[in-house]
Amino acid sequence: MGLNIRTMAVIAVLAVLLAGGMAVIFQQFVAGRSDQLLTSGGAIGAPFELVDHNGEPITEQAMEGRPVAVFFGFAHCPEVCPTTLYEMAGWLNALGEEGEEIGAFFVTVDPERDTPEIMRAYVTNFTDRITGITGDPEKVAALTKSWFVYSRKVPLDDGGYTMDHTASIYLVGRDGNFKGTIAYGENGETAVAKLRRLVKG
Amino acid sequence: MNSFFRNTVSALLISVLAVSVAGADDFAVGDLTIEHPYSRATPPNAPVSGGYLTIRNLGGETDRLLGGEAAFAGKVEIHEMTMDGDVMKMRKLDDGIEIPAGGSIELKPGGHHLMFMQLREPMRAGESRTATLLFERAGKIEVEFGVEEFGAGQKGHRSGN
Repeated sequence: MGLNIRTMAVIAVLAVLLAGGMAVIFQQFVAGRSDQLLTSGGAIGAPFELVDHNGEPITEQAMEGRPVAVFFGFAHCPEVCPTTLYEMAGWLNALGEEGEEIGAFFVTVDPERDTPEIMRAYVTNFTDRITGITGDPEKVAALTKSWFVYSRKVPLDDGGYTMDHTASIYLVGRDGNFKGTIAYGENGETAVAKLRRLVKG
Repeated sequence: MNSFFRNTVSALLISVLAVSVAGADDFAVGDLTIEHPYSRATPPNAPVSGGYLTIRNLGGETDRLLGGEAAFAGKVEIHEMTMDGDVMKMRKLDDGIEIPAGGSIELKPGGHHLMFMQLREPMRAGESRTATLLFERAGKIEVEFGVEEFGAGQKGHRSGN
């Protein structure tokens, strides 16, 4: 009986160690995978069914087979989002015909408040070259997750909320592989050079 | 010679005008001076906009910007924007911002800023909006925020004045 308990204790300890080890390995696998994605050009994104800023259905097909620049943000954002849209519009304008092929998208991380109407007014104020994407909150969440975008709702004390979110622009090549990012506040010339390289593939 | 004289006079006039325009940009209450308050044009339907300014404390005591109110916005709050890696975070500063005696603070894009929330109308470039700021010691002051073009205040570029 005593031996039995000791045996069981040993098995329990081994089980805990094994589980812990697996958790560590799993974490490293996940971290490693995301690092790899962010550096070496793996596939990014997943199929989705959402709506564009005109209220029309939009799927991953809008992003396939062309160089793509995607930014995730929200309309209740005074700083990063309008600035990024403004700058993106400027870069695309600077590229002119050379950048014509680039698909530029602004995906909301706040679909509950960002209706297609709000997205349309917000985005088209800056340019007609960027397409706003919103839709069912769960589907939007699935999309942001597939792009490894961080977003989190942060409550404000008046019952409202703001969003923490990844503020980089994601660049994806014609082959669907992740090519890098343009950071918030990045130098305009560098950004244009990155977009130019994206088009050249 | 005549045209030289004329040019000099117009240059002088222009600089006098420029100085008075810059002067109109500034506000004072108690020991505080407020310089170049501005906001930026917003897209239609944008619910929020930032307010930016420099506050100098010429007095010998610390003061604190506590908040404000404005007819054009449902709420005026003091927020801090930070970048945590590539993640943008924004937080309300419940205790406001301290303005040290003899010191100054700058509210600017990418850092501390006023948040004009629940905007009742879009901010249009070239217009101005009045807001009242509340300080712990200096009390209330009405300040006019000039609405600037969208790129205003980006990366050292400072328009206006």
